[in-house]
Amino acid sequence: MAAAERAGMTGTMASHYAEEFARAEGGLVGADSGWFKAARRRALTHFGRIGFPTPKEEEWKYTSVAPIESRSFRLAGHPRNGLDVAELDRLRLIEAHELVFVNGYYSAQLSRLASLPAAVSVAPLSEALPDSLQEHMERQAEQPGNGFAALNAALLSDGVHIRVGSGVTLKTTLHLLFISTAPDGPTASFPRVFIEAGANSRVLIIEHYAGLTPEEYFTDALTEINVGPGATVEHYKWQMEGARGYHIGQMLVHQQRESRVTSYSVSLGAALARDDIAVSLAGEGAGASLNGLYMAKGRQHVDHHTSIDHQQPHTTSAEYYKGVLAGHARGVFDGKVVVREGAQKADAELTNKNLLLSEHAEMDTKPELQIYADDVKCSHGATVGQLDEDALFYLRSRGIEYSQATALLTYAFADDVVARIAIEPMRHAIERHLTAYLPRAALDMELL
Amino acid sequence: MATHPYEVEALIGKEYAAGFYTDLEADTLPPGLDEEVIRHISSKKNEPEWLCEWRLSAYRHWLTQKEPRWATVVHPPIDYQGISYYSAPKTKKDGPKSLDEVDPKLLETYEKLGIPLHERAILAGVAVDAVFDSVSVATTFKERLAEAGVIFCSFSEAVRNHPDLVRRYLGSVVPAGDNFFAALNSAVFTDGSFCYVPKGVRCPMELSTYFRINAANTGQFERTLIIADEGSHVSYLEGCTAPMRDENQLHAAVVELVALDNARIKYSTVQNWYPGDENGKGGIYNFVTKRGECRGHNSKISWTQIETGSAITWKYPSCVLRGDNSSGEFYSVALTNHYQQADTGTKMVHLGRNTRSTIISKGISAGRGRNAYRGLVRIAKSAANARNYTQCDSLLMSDRCAAHTFPYIEVKNPSARVEHEATTSKISEDQLFYCRQRGIAAEDAINMIVNGFCKEVFKELPMEFAVEAQKLLSVSLAGAVG
Repeated sequence: MAAAERAGMTGTMASHYAEEFARAEGGLVGADSGWFKAARRRALTHFGRIGFPTPKEEEWKYTSVAPIESRSFRLAGHPRNGLDVAELDRLRLIEAHELVFVNGYYSAQLSRLASLPAAVSVAPLSEALPDSLQEHMERQAEQPGNGFAALNAALLSDGVHIRVGSGVTLKTTLHLLFISTAPDGPTASFPRVFIEAGANSRVLIIEHYAGLTPEEYFTDALTEINVGPGATVEHYKWQMEGARGYHIGQMLVHQQRESRVTSYSVSLGAALARDDIAVSLAGEGAGASLNGLYMAKGRQHVDHHTSIDHQQPHTTSAEYYKGVLAGHARGVFDGKVVVREGAQKADAELTNKNLLLSEHAEMDTKPELQIYADDVKCSHGATVGQLDEDALFYLRSRGIEYSQATALLTYAFADDVVARIAIEPMRHAIERHLTAYLPRAALDMELL
Repeated sequence: MATHPYEVEALIGKEYAAGFYTDLEADTLPPGLDEEVIRHISSKKNEPEWLCEWRLSAYRHWLTQKEPRWATVVHPPIDYQGISYYSAPKTKKDGPKSLDEVDPKLLETYEKLGIPLHERAILAGVAVDAVFDSVSVATTFKERLAEAGVIFCSFSEAVRNHPDLVRRYLGSVVPAGDNFFAALNSAVFTDGSFCYVPKGVRCPMELSTYFRINAANTGQFERTLIIADEGSHVSYLEGCTAPMRDENQLHAAVVELVALDNARIKYSTVQNWYPGDENGKGGIYNFVTKRGECRGHNSKISWTQIETGSAITWKYPSCVLRGDNSSGEFYSVALTNHYQQADTGTKMVHLGRNTRSTIISKGISAGRGRNAYRGLVRIAKSAANARNYTQCDSLLMSDRCAAHTFPYIEVKNPSARVEHEATTSKISEDQLFYCRQRGIAAEDAINMIVNGFCKEVFKELPMEFAVEAQKLLSVSLAGAVG
């Protein structure tokens, strides 16, 4: 695309979202907060300046967001139009605090928030907008990387702020459910999640994105997690957007001394999905474990970019991502590990394994190490390939037919990650999805 | 880790052994680059019209290109107009016909470097096409090669005597406008080596060329073209040293390899250009484009490189595996000490069926050195049953150095099998302790461990080079661990 033409396009997109902004500003969260409005405006200006990323940028080399750029998504006017409550109920998890957002807007009616311990607060931004968020809002408004964070800051319709006080263990899972129904044609939603885990606290959160519509829509989500000293956060991202949904998600994690974060990212839906996870191990002894599974078929495009920044000594990270690609699907993985000067005794390990099931599927992977310290242990590995022929032969020699054997091994490949998921209902749901995903003859469940 | 100050002082400060400067009267163009300069180079070399045109089109393409910025190297901007693009040692009218006719000062230079052209050539069975600055001055063993039908000569000679071959293959692997530095080279290259091995011939000896940069402010723009015709074998050795001087010198070479059906090319490099002093002052900028194409089926190209010199190394010897069942190999040891920077790696582009590639890269960073492996493995849709194995290991020897790994893996065929592994670590205390408690001095122990780390690559080198490479490594690293 010619530069001038591109600039023109970014221009029209910027003005399209500026119009959306002008139309909806009064109804958006924080309309009566001065600093919030100012941050939104700045974000909008920033977006106008940088626009959407292009494949010319290294971080977007393999992923074109042209489909998002070429459509004029609107903010949903009547978010709850056309919502099938029965379908929604199927997405609920038992024994969890549930916050439900429909097309980016919080619905108190659909949410289930039982009483919480005293030092824990969980509230949608539309109900409480603590001043402590100001700094975050302002920072993300002008994030240099790409336009999506700025667009989210400019147009965020609602979000949630979670604070867990020092030393508190929140036993019940927090389930954040973001539903898209595309009530009035192609809509966009901009959810925002803030999580603050106090010193030595413990919390488990599921971010769940689901599309209940065959229509096109766009989700641009941003999550920030601040983990206090000694705190433990388990975060699950469960992406089940609709077949014509576009999902761009960004998660920024900041970890203090001796804190632990375990992240699971399961990407199953959306026509185009891009997930960015950036973890700063900013305190000595902090550790992060990132796990991921993506499965795509048809013409799906799924992209994961992770970056782990070891800033202090004795920090550890372990990353394990697996992908299965069928049909014309295309997968992208970019895992970056940085060890800063002085971050001695850092230990980092990264693995990305991919399975290509069809001749039109494609995988681009790039594990990356940048090391500026000497007393470290870092390794990464990446593979792209097919099922193990010996394993196939073994199964077939025992009378299991080819399609069954393939299905079984594919299932085992993916279940390697799924089995690590501690939340039972979520694990079962994903395993069901896995079974349905498998090619040709569905897997004979008795074999499992 | 314990420090050994006496060793550090004694050995880190070791002077660049090949640092001297031969005073030769050079026929040098004033600095600057425009179409006139290119025409001048072309006419000086009595080149045919098509080659002059080819240079000019490369130059015009170069004008539209920008210097690449993606590598993790930093250097002050290069003034391309401040470089003199032609310099030739004064020779007698028709060039030397034997060693006796060669400028004795030149021969002296090679003596100092330990390359006694006549003796060593006979003893080691190596034909040396010595390149001094930009023009070939001595070529040996022509007759023996000619008997086998191998054409091995300077590039200008090839243009004169084998214009059809040159015209057919020049730029067919690295197009004139391939990248910024390749375009520059295509426009202004002054000489280099040319080798053609005819059908079914196994080259009777290892071919080698020694490159040296000499006259001040003269960028070297070498061009190497090697063609291995059907069923032939050739092993080519390239070694570099450069005299010590303070100004950064640009070296932008292009190497093209073509392997036809069942042919094999082995290309080995020991690169020891002047790396700059311990404060990062001076040193060579080595921006090289090397690429081989396995054009025929069952062909094989193997790159082996030992990179210990240059202030900046920017080089990615690559293989385009076009022929079915062809294979590519890349073995590399890159060492950066003091303020040296290296951004090196390879590209393996699999196009044919059953193509295989192996990448073994060993990076060693010491002092404030920066070392990056940057590689691409691309399996095209047509490359059924392609196979790649990549291993890149980094060894860190100081707390101020850096080691990076940037592997790109692109797979478009499901029958491909691609594996990539990388590790980064330092020499473990345990290994050192084990050696020392058996009475091995720390310095020797480190050399031993480092040599062990690089063994997989060294064993790919021809014998003479393997010895030189090990020596080079211990000299470059001496005292770096403290």
